[in-house]
Amino acid sequence: MDYGPSERPAGATPLPTAIKILVAGGFGVGKTTMVGAVSETRPLRTEEVLTESGVGIDDLSGVESKSTTTVAMDFGRITISDDLVLYLFGTPGQDRFWFVWDELALGAIGAVVLADTRRLADCFPSIDYFEGRGTPFVVAVNCFEGAKQYRLDEVQAALNLDSGVPVLLCDARQRESSKEVLITLLEHAMKTRDARRVAD
Amino acid sequence: MTVQGESAEQQWVDDHAGPVVRPYAVTRGRARPVTGTFDLISLVTATRADVSAEIGLGPEHVAIVGLCQRIQSVAEIAAHLDLPVGTIRVLLGDLVARNLVQVREPRTSAGLPDNSVFEAVINGLRAL
Ligand SMILES: Nc1nc2c(ncn2[C@@H]2O[C@H](COP(=O)(O)OP(=O)(O)O)[C@@H](O)[C@H]2O)c(=O)[nH]1
Ligand SMILES: [Mg+2]
Repeated sequence: MDYGPSERPAGATPLPTAIKILVAGGFGVGKTTMVGAVSETRPLRTEEVLTESGVGIDDLSGVESKSTTTVAMDFGRITISDDLVLYLFGTPGQDRFWFVWDELALGAIGAVVLADTRRLADCFPSIDYFEGRGTPFVVAVNCFEGAKQYRLDEVQAALNLDSGVPVLLCDARQRESSKEVLITLLEHAMKTRDARRVAD
Repeated sequence: MTVQGESAEQQWVDDHAGPVVRPYAVTRGRARPVTGTFDLISLVTATRADVSAEIGLGPEHVAIVGLCQRIQSVAEIAAHLDLPVGTIRVLLGDLVARNLVQVREPRTSAGLPDNSVFEAVINGLRAL
């Protein structure tokens, strides 16, 4: 229901454009923390109801007897201007709920994959997913105390990333650091899109 | 409310009703909106200040219109009303059909936005 300017009810103000960025990675890696660090309010939480088969419910009749599960998503909002609102969504668990991932990734301008060097493999499913979809992404290595420090090129090699994919260190608890990750992603997404245009 | 045995309507008034039963009652069993698709980041704004006198609306409809006096995304409405997104979509469909809210869907298919959008977001983030 995208009202063009002429169809909009008289006197109504134009609604801003909304865009979204996803924050993905393994459990406990700092997704919700990063969403909260840059958003204008504490992270909000919303739920989708799924049926046993893992698809969205399309028939609620008899739903009381069906085995259902809910999947929660954390998100936050950053009002950029009167015309532009940015939403950040933390993605739910990587081993299931792909239906929700597909919904989240549709129209997303990019993704941050958070990695913890103590459990690097935890972010493989996220990387595979965004590579498969062609969603621009960056890998942000969240610096937990006590974790061995790796060089970024070591992480890049361990993750078998395309050389163009930015890898950077971050502290998801810090607003400035999380902002830097998002800006790196946006610059990367712009470059990716321009490169694709040239290739086409 | 009439006696309906173990109907969802009755369970609705039970504080311990689970997250599935209550939404079922709120939408009267409807799983799909009468109109619209409603992305998580579709933006919604009310076209009227108060709709509590409208016939045929439930308290959740009224609450959505109240919330959307300020522009809200579908995800924010769901979070604030503590209802699943699917339920909110059904309620929003009712409100769109009555012209009580205005919705702007995000672009989802046309690829990445223009540089001007990226630059605005980058500058906006820097200014935070
Ligand atoms: N030391 C450190 N701890 C962090 C960082 N980011 C998150 N944490 C902590 O890690 C825990 C899990 O973070 P959370 O955001 O809930 O992870 P999620 O499951 O990915 O959403 C929390 O206790 C955070 O405070 C970080 O950059 N450094
Ligand atoms: Mg979380």
